[in-house]
Amino acid sequence: MAKVVKFDIPVRTARLLGFLTGAVGMGRWMKAGAGTQGGETLPRLSLPVLQVRELCKRFPGVLANDDISLDVFSGEVHALLGENGAGKSTLVKCLYGYYQRDAGEILVDGIAAPLQSPEEARRHRIGMVFQNLTLIPALTVVENVALFLPDLPVVPSLTEIAARLTMLGERYRLQVDPWAQVQDLSIGQQQKAELLKLLMAEARLLILDEPSRVLVPHEVEGLFQVLRHLADDGLAVILITHKLEEALRAADRITVLRQGRVAGRLTRAEASEDKLIHLMFETELSNLSVDRSRPAELAAAPVLELERVSTAARGTAVGLYDIDLAVHAGEIVGVAGVSGNGQRELADLILGDLMCAAGTKRLLGRDVTRSAIGAIRRARVGYIPEDPLTMAAIPFLSVLENMAITRTEHYARNGGWQMDWPAVQREAEAAIQSLGFAFSLTGQARSLSGGNLQRMVLVRELSHEPRLVVACYPTRGLDARSTVAAQKALLAARAQGAGVLLISEDLEELFLLSDRLVVLFAGRIAGAFRPAETSVMAIGRLMTGAGEAHVVP
Amino acid sequence: MSSRDRGRAWPRGLQAALRYVAMAVLALALFAVILLLAGKDPIQAYRDIFTSTLGSAYGLSEVFVTMTPLLLTALAVALPSRLGLINVGGEGQLYLGALFATWGALRFSALPAWLLLPLMIVLGMIGGALWALPAGYLRARGIVNETITTLLLNVVAPSIVAYFVFGFWHSPMDTNKTANFAAAARLPTLGGTRINLSLIFGVVLLALFWYVMARTRWGLEMRAIGGNPGAARRSGIPVARYLVGVMMAAGALAGLAGMAQVSGYYGVLLVNFSRGLGYMGFLVSWLAGGTPLGIVVTSFVVAVILTGGNLLQLTGDVPYAVINILLATTLFVVLARPSLPRRRKVA
Repeated sequence: MAKVVKFDIPVRTARLLGFLTGAVGMGRWMKAGAGTQGGETLPRLSLPVLQVRELCKRFPGVLANDDISLDVFSGEVHALLGENGAGKSTLVKCLYGYYQRDAGEILVDGIAAPLQSPEEARRHRIGMVFQNLTLIPALTVVENVALFLPDLPVVPSLTEIAARLTMLGERYRLQVDPWAQVQDLSIGQQQKAELLKLLMAEARLLILDEPSRVLVPHEVEGLFQVLRHLADDGLAVILITHKLEEALRAADRITVLRQGRVAGRLTRAEASEDKLIHLMFETELSNLSVDRSRPAELAAAPVLELERVSTAARGTAVGLYDIDLAVHAGEIVGVAGVSGNGQRELADLILGDLMCAAGTKRLLGRDVTRSAIGAIRRARVGYIPEDPLTMAAIPFLSVLENMAITRTEHYARNGGWQMDWPAVQREAEAAIQSLGFAFSLTGQARSLSGGNLQRMVLVRELSHEPRLVVACYPTRGLDARSTVAAQKALLAARAQGAGVLLISEDLEELFLLSDRLVVLFAGRIAGAFRPAETSVMAIGRLMTGAGEAHVVP
Repeated sequence: MSSRDRGRAWPRGLQAALRYVAMAVLALALFAVILLLAGKDPIQAYRDIFTSTLGSAYGLSEVFVTMTPLLLTALAVALPSRLGLINVGGEGQLYLGALFATWGALRFSALPAWLLLPLMIVLGMIGGALWALPAGYLRARGIVNETITTLLLNVVAPSIVAYFVFGFWHSPMDTNKTANFAAAARLPTLGGTRINLSLIFGVVLLALFWYVMARTRWGLEMRAIGGNPGAARRSGIPVARYLVGVMMAAGALAGLAGMAQVSGYYGVLLVNFSRGLGYMGFLVSWLAGGTPLGIVVTSFVVAVILTGGNLLQLTGDVPYAVINILLATTLFVVLARPSLPRRRKVA
């Protein structure tokens, strides 16, 4: 092992040099048989690939993992199920050496492994797909894969790696263009590339941290098939999820975490929805259905009007073409579509982060086509972006400060020379309580879990009686209870007369919440419906570019 | 990640203090080796530096004189660093500030001091701000990085000053400097020392800087931009306006330092008068982690070294360049330091 450490740095430098010189061709250099794990299938229920014994991990004020033990075998998909903040991500980050555990033992193939760094985990052939993918956007897929290979020669043959990548992709139905730049790929494709990267590096234990979070339903189905295939080929897969249905569908065994402890271990045969809910939340969840009482009729005045709006395409992203859309006070307009069909552009356009190339944008009857974001915000527009960490939060500011940054003018006193922090605190606490969330306002935003970060953004954007709310995937990453709370918050905003534009990939959610539905496909509105007048199948066809539009007059 | 540090019980303040002391000792030891190699007695050299600066009232006053412009040029780096801007252009902005202030001093020399000095201050700040404007604008539009533009503009600024001095303003006796300023154009000094009013400017502005960053709406908005420009923009904070405005404010601070140098220190505009005050401010801000108190302490220490170096050069035939070696070793040790607590992306 010392030897490996010793050569680590020169090898990396060599890799970089290889890329800088754009070198090609050096014949076969990988070990024979690399890339196909099929040959080394281990008999099921032999020695576990990974054994975790009484692992503890403490953060200031939180015991994130408390005495966790876990066995993972070759050939199984093992689901780690739990609410947001149950300690799932922390556990696997300890396994991957990304966090250092405070106590406990980890055995790989029955031999104790310190696993103090990701490099070490990789040497034990443990691979991890993080929630926030870790590919380098400016490089191509094959370059990303090559950089990750454990024994890349000085002059790597990218064509050869690409060929093997394609082969592997076909085998596991993970087709990605090896020569595409990662930044041009959809997030689903990036995830596939990430998996391929790990497989090429001969990982035999794959850890996926909430992989379905960024995927549309049919992609999730595809991913689970891939995972099944990988497990059948003898790999071990740890799948982190907070969705019961996913655990039941994909896993062979399920370990449920609750508040940092193992709440139960079930095989798929033993597991049922009720049992899992009971383990996850300790009690049966009451009131999981969303209250859908609607105002008697829609107010006539539109809050937002887009008239024949088009945008210039940015890079390889789609532009919007001829969008006609109105959101009225007191209604929720759902936007369905496969991600990458103009959703982000639509949200950015409304916020003013993307300018109209043609057309008119009106807010409360006022022409705001060329207004800056600040002016839009002051007109009380709430905005929940798709990625709260990078698009809405300032990680190194406190949560309280983060609550104030969209409304600095409102909280400023004495012409800006002072900030009324008690008021921020008061209003934030009231809003947190009314949404039924619980998270601390002290501490830096970066210390919040992904789910709590999303809650922070929800609270910030939905309090203060917004007139318009643009919500992009507002329940992504939330557990069942918080999802209901977030959906209720959107309905409450609507009841108070806000217009809500709900961009989501969750058709169930869209049908549940929306008063009207539009479908975005390739930057155009492919259809507009009332939920009662259409079906999931019809919407699905439009989302994928098939079928006719039935526009509500 | 910083999770590694979290569980540690060792008190952070003590840890930091120990590290600073260790770094100082290391820097001094390195410099001692160099002095030994040059055949000088390092102990004697250090003793000379100490007695000549902190050992007498006059020496101490000279330290404050040297420290004065550093406070302002360091602030001109620390302020934009909070937004993630790296202003290397203090030197050029300082020259332009001096140029504009000198124009005021020569053109309106008949005005009384209470009118002329504020005018020169405003002119100096405008000069520096204008020199920083292109850098801020090009950065805000996403065209060129401000580090590059400010650095390149530094090369141009002294030449502009030289053009005006050689071409128009030089006194009948000299070609490389203007006539002496009228008494009304000189910043008042303290007692019989050379300490001038701009020391107060520096301290007050640093205090204001701290207050603005920590307490005000604008400080919050600037910290938000520094922490995540994308999220700040989506929150409705006018990021581009801040980038331009803060770059200009930084230029104005460096310009004020330039004004203070010609009005308070020299009383005349000399070609190439600065010899790196702007760069030294960058060094100070970097060493201080961009904090106001740190800037005061660090610029004092740097001023001690610089002042002591002047004396070493005069008394013990050590070339002045040796002092640059000491500063360089200090910087080197700091750069090579293990991670300091609360390290900021400053520079």
